[in-house]
Amino acid sequence: MQRVTHMFNAFLQVVSKELKGAFRHPSDILNPIWFFVIVVTLFPLAIGSDPALLKRIAPGIIWVAALLAALLSFERLFKDDFIDGTLEQLMLTPFPLAWLVCAKVFAHWLLTGLPVLLVSPLLALFLALDTETYTALFLTLLIGTPILSLLGAIGVALTVGLRKGGILLSLIMLPLSIPILIFSTMAIDAAAYGQSYLGLLALLAAMLVAAITLAPFAIAASLRVSVS
Amino acid sequence: MLHCKKLTCVHEDRIIFNDLSFTVAPGAIVQVEGANGAGKTSLFRLLVGLASPSAGAVFWQGKAISTVRDSFHQQLLYIGHKTAVKAELTALENLQFFQKMQVSHGELNLWDILAKVGLAGYEDITTSQLSAGQQRRVALARLWLNNCPLWVLDEPFAALDKLGIAVLERLFIKHAQAGGMVLLTTHQDLTIDCSLLSKIVLTDAAGNSYV
Repeated sequence: MQRVTHMFNAFLQVVSKELKGAFRHPSDILNPIWFFVIVVTLFPLAIGSDPALLKRIAPGIIWVAALLAALLSFERLFKDDFIDGTLEQLMLTPFPLAWLVCAKVFAHWLLTGLPVLLVSPLLALFLALDTETYTALFLTLLIGTPILSLLGAIGVALTVGLRKGGILLSLIMLPLSIPILIFSTMAIDAAAYGQSYLGLLALLAAMLVAAITLAPFAIAASLRVSVS
Repeated sequence: MLHCKKLTCVHEDRIIFNDLSFTVAPGAIVQVEGANGAGKTSLFRLLVGLASPSAGAVFWQGKAISTVRDSFHQQLLYIGHKTAVKAELTALENLQFFQKMQVSHGELNLWDILAKVGLAGYEDITTSQLSAGQQRRVALARLWLNNCPLWVLDEPFAALDKLGIAVLERLFIKHAQAGGMVLLTTHQDLTIDCSLLSKIVLTDAAGNSYV
């Protein structure tokens, strides 16, 4: 019982340290969000402001932009910790590395996934989405962004020791995220046509559960390889 | 008790050291010496379990460290070349994090500890604004706030001034006399009494020698 308390305490410590550090350098959090907003607003400028057309392609645009913004933010997940030795120290705590890695990914989602959710109503407005479609978009982002954070963390853990891991990270990460993209846009399309999309959401949720249970072990193993 | 049995470390087809065996008993201060590139840091990374040896094994209290990882890490304090001090946090926040990540931590006054390492007045400044020596002191402040018997310190004196080194040497002696173990690398000559101190010399050639 006492061990469980210690483990939760360690989780909270890691999360609060991450948040504290991030708020000292707000640009790290704000830049990906700015990028997300700007990419989405470029589309109406480039393809014209026909509401029917925008409404049709909006979910795809928002999802792809969210994916690219997530890619931008991954680097900071382990890079600084790798450089300053924090990663080594996390491996030398009496707690399982996979557990501490969960805390890091959770903090990362709070700093990058959550803001995407928060600005999404604004973008829905830009792209003339109706409430029904927006609700579906929001739900898919809510379930999908944590999966992106977990998958991205595996990619970062594998590439953190490399000098120029950024491109490699995109090459690992983007193909892995295709299933999420497909199911999310399918759910949103179904919502746009007024059909039920609960089944598709359930599939996404199943992916999230699989990612939460399996990814931390993959991340921890990859980090051990990268550090040694 | 830490025991190494026939450790071999190979880096990209180059043998760093070979068949290295030694034992560190409670109350010992062990200085690992060797030229640059002789494998001091590699040895320490094997000892703490950050890397695995190409051959041989490290034993803690008679058990291989890979099998008792959690309890070994509970009793180990490792400070490497990279100090794990977060540049965007203050000295106090860094120390608080280290304190709270330990399983058993007493109610130590962190302000007192920072004063002991000569950082009084710098507690609330982000460590990115401190000098290299002061950042090292933040990392070394961890020595005061734990009760781990085994200390593994890679170049603890790097960037420290003479006074800082003297304080640390006294702390090592106190720790060893209380039954702790200290392993360190340094190029400095230690002024520690010979009965406590022993040396391991890593030579450049494939062989190795001890004193």
